[in-house]
Amino acid sequence: MTAPEPYAGVTTHTPVRHHILSVLVENKAGVLARIAGLFARRGFNIYSLAVAPAEGHARFSRVTIVVDAESAPLEQIVGQLNKLVNVVDIKDLAPRDALERELLLATLPVDDGNRAAVLEVVANAAASIVDVNATSLSVVLAGTPHACDLLERALEGFSDVELQRTGRVALPRLTQTESL
Amino acid sequence: MELTGAQALIKSLEHEGVDTIFGLPGGAILPVYDPILDSPIRHILVRHEQGAGHMAEGYALASGRAGVAMVTSGPGATNIVTPIANAHMDSTPLVVVTGQVATASIGSDAFQECDITGITMGITKHNFLVQSAHDIPRAVAAAFHLATTGRPGPVLIDLPKDVAQSTMQWWYPSSVEELDLPGYQPASSIDGDALDRAVALIAASERPVLYVGGGTLKSRASAQLRAFVDRVRIPVVTTLMARGALPDSHEMNLGMPGMHGVYAAVTAMQKCDLLIALGARFDDRVTGQISSFAAGAKVIHVDVDPAEFHKVRRADVALQCDVATALGALDAAGAEPANLDVWWKEIRNWQERYPLVYDDPRPEGPLRPQHVIEAIAAKAPPGTIVAAGVGQHQMWASQHWRFEEPGTWINSGGAGTMGFGVPAAIGAKVAQPGRTVWCIDGDGCFQMTAQELTTARAEGIPIKVAILNNAYLGMVRQWQEMFYEERYSEVYLDADLPDYVKWAEAMGCVGLRARTLEEMHDVIERANEIDDVPVVIDFRTDASEKVFPMVASGASNDDIMVHPRQRSAAS
Ligand SMILES: Cc1ncc(C[n+]2csc(CCOP(=O)(O)OP(=O)(O)O)c2C)c(N)n1
Ligand SMILES: [Mg+2]
Repeated sequence: MTAPEPYAGVTTHTPVRHHILSVLVENKAGVLARIAGLFARRGFNIYSLAVAPAEGHARFSRVTIVVDAESAPLEQIVGQLNKLVNVVDIKDLAPRDALERELLLATLPVDDGNRAAVLEVVANAAASIVDVNATSLSVVLAGTPHACDLLERALEGFSDVELQRTGRVALPRLTQTESL
Repeated sequence: MELTGAQALIKSLEHEGVDTIFGLPGGAILPVYDPILDSPIRHILVRHEQGAGHMAEGYALASGRAGVAMVTSGPGATNIVTPIANAHMDSTPLVVVTGQVATASIGSDAFQECDITGITMGITKHNFLVQSAHDIPRAVAAAFHLATTGRPGPVLIDLPKDVAQSTMQWWYPSSVEELDLPGYQPASSIDGDALDRAVALIAASERPVLYVGGGTLKSRASAQLRAFVDRVRIPVVTTLMARGALPDSHEMNLGMPGMHGVYAAVTAMQKCDLLIALGARFDDRVTGQISSFAAGAKVIHVDVDPAEFHKVRRADVALQCDVATALGALDAAGAEPANLDVWWKEIRNWQERYPLVYDDPRPEGPLRPQHVIEAIAAKAPPGTIVAAGVGQHQMWASQHWRFEEPGTWINSGGAGTMGFGVPAAIGAKVAQPGRTVWCIDGDGCFQMTAQELTTARAEGIPIKVAILNNAYLGMVRQWQEMFYEERYSEVYLDADLPDYVKWAEAMGCVGLRARTLEEMHDVIERANEIDDVPVVIDFRTDASEKVFPMVASGASNDDIMVHPRQRSAAS
C-alpha cells in the first residue's frame, strides 16, 4: 500500500482560503445555470467547476466546485446551494481532507534548440507526451493541482505554449484506521 | 382516461383543491383556457398580469393556501415577474402557470417566446419547464408541495403549447416520493442539544425580547405564541411581516420594530440581552446599522430555512424548525426567564414617553393621514382585512391600525412593490368574501394598478379603497425633505390629476371624496353602507406629513428620530 499523499497546500489557481464542494445534482436541464446563477447573484466566487455523470447513475451528476471561502462564509454558500431543489447532496471538503486531481494539457513548438529542455521538463513532471508532429508536441499531466502548478510554471520558460487545465475533481481522503 | 395536457393541468389544479385562478389568456396558453369552461374552478379575468400575481398573493396571505395565477407566454409571463419577485421576498406560496411556445420552437425566437424559467430562476423557489403531457400532474403536485412546505415561496410551471395539446393517460401522484424531488427535504426535527442551550439562555436572561417575524404567521403559530407569551411574559415586537401575529391589544406587544418602528419596540431590541428571533431574518429595515444592532444581545434564531442562520447576525443558538414546533418544544422544556419586572418598568417608561403621536386634526383639513386610518379602523368590523401599497401610507397603516388577528394585514414587505395594494385586496376578498377588506393606498401606488378595480366590479368583489392623496410620492418626498435639503425632484403628482372620483366611477365603482373632518366621517359611513360594488375614497391629506419615528437609512437604531413634538422632551 502506498503512503497517503502529502497535502500540498496553497496552489497557484486557488486563493488562500478555498474550499471544495462536491455537489450531487439531479441531471436535469438548467441545473448548471441554477448553480452559476446562485453564485453570481449572491456574490460567491467560483475558482473552478467540473461536472460529470455521477457514479453509475444516469439521474445524477457530480459537480466539483472550488469556492472562495473568503467571498462569503462557507456555511452561507452551502446553505444557499442546499436550497436549490435539484441539489441532492453537498459534501464540503477542506483542502486538507480532499484527494484532488486535475488534468493539464499543453501544446508547444519544439525544435532542435529546445527539444532536450522540453523533454526534461516533461520527464521531471511525470507528464506524458500524447501527440507529436514535425514542429510541435502535446503533453498531458493528470496530477494534483500542485503538480499541475509546477508543470505550468516550468512551461512558462518556453514560448508559444497553449495550455489548458480542467479544474479539479475531488473525493474525501480515506480515514487511516489504526492497524493492530 | 385519456386527457389532453390542458385538461390534465386543470384537473390537477382541481386535485390540489384550487378554487380560484387569477389570469389572462393568450396564444400559448389558449389550449388551457378551453377546459376552464368546464371546471368548477373560478377564473378571475384580470386587466394586467401583474394584477393576477398580486391577487394570488393577497389570496394566499388571507387564506394560508397557495394562490394560483395563469398567464400566456412572452409579455404575459414578463408582466407577472414583479409579483413573483415580491412573493419570493415575502415567502408567499404561489403557483404560477405560464404558457410557452411549442417545444420545437423553443430557442428560435418564436412569436411571444421568452425564457421565463431563466428569468425567474433567482426569484422562484423552483420552476419547471414541462416536457410531456404525462409529467403535468407531477409538476403540479410538486409545485404545490414546494410552494407550501418548508419556507413557502413562488413556483412557476412553464407549459409549452404542444404539451398542452398532446394527450396523456390520467394519473395523479399519491405520495411525496412520486414527486421525484430527491433534493428537497424540508422536514426537520429540533436538535435537543440546541434546545437545551436555548432554554439555558432564556433562563439566564434579564432583558429578553421576542422578535416575531413573518415565519410565525406562515407556521400558524399565533395561538401558541400567545400562550407562550402569557406564560413567560417576555416583551414582543411584531415586524411589518408579522403584524397580527399577536394582538396589538396584548399588553406584551410593543408593536412594530425597525426604520419606522415604535420607539419602545426599537429600543427594547437595542437594549435587550437576549433576542429570540421567531421566523425573522434580520432585514436591514429592522436592524438599521448592523454593527450597532442589539449589540449586547445573545441570539436564539428559529427558522425553517437554515440559510438564514448567521447570514446577517451570528446566532448563539440556531433552531432549525418552524416557529410552532420551536414554541412547542420551548414550552415543553419549561423555558422561563428570570424576573422581568425591572425590564418591564424600563419598557413601560419608553412607551409612556414616546407613544405614536401625530399632530391634531384640523376640522377644515387637509386631513391627517394617521387620523384617517384610525377613523376607518374605528368603524371597521372585527376581522377586517387591511391591504396596503408601499410608501408613507403603508407605514402609517401598519402603525395606526390595531391588528388583532393573523391574516388581517396584507402588504409588500421585502420587495416594497408599489401597486401591490389594490390587487392584493381583491385577492384577499376572494379568499375571505365574508370579511370587510380595506386597501389603504397612496395616490402614487393607486395609479400603478387601479385598473384592477374594473376586474373587481366585473367579478363582484366589493373592496374598499382609501387613497391617502397627498399629491406626492410621499415617502420619496420625505427623504428628499430630510436628506436632500428639501430639493424635491420628480415627486409631485397633483391631487386633482387624475380625478380619482371620476376614475372610480368610470370603472363602475362608487367614488367619494373627503377634504374636511366632517366629510371624512361621512364618506367612511357611506363606504361602510355599500357592500355590492367597490368603493374608492379620495382622502385629501397633508402633503407635509412625515412618518415618525424614523431611523435614517444605514444609521444606528440608537439614533431613532421621534416625532418633532416629542423632541423637546428628549434629554
Ligand atoms: C414599483 C416601485 N417603484 C418605485 C418605488 C419607490 N417608492 C417607494 S415609496 C414611493 C412613493 C409612493 O407614493 P404613494 O403611493 O403616493 O405613497 P405615499 O408615500 O405618498 O403614501 C416610491 C416611489 C417602489 N417602492 N416601488
Ligand atoms: Mg402619495
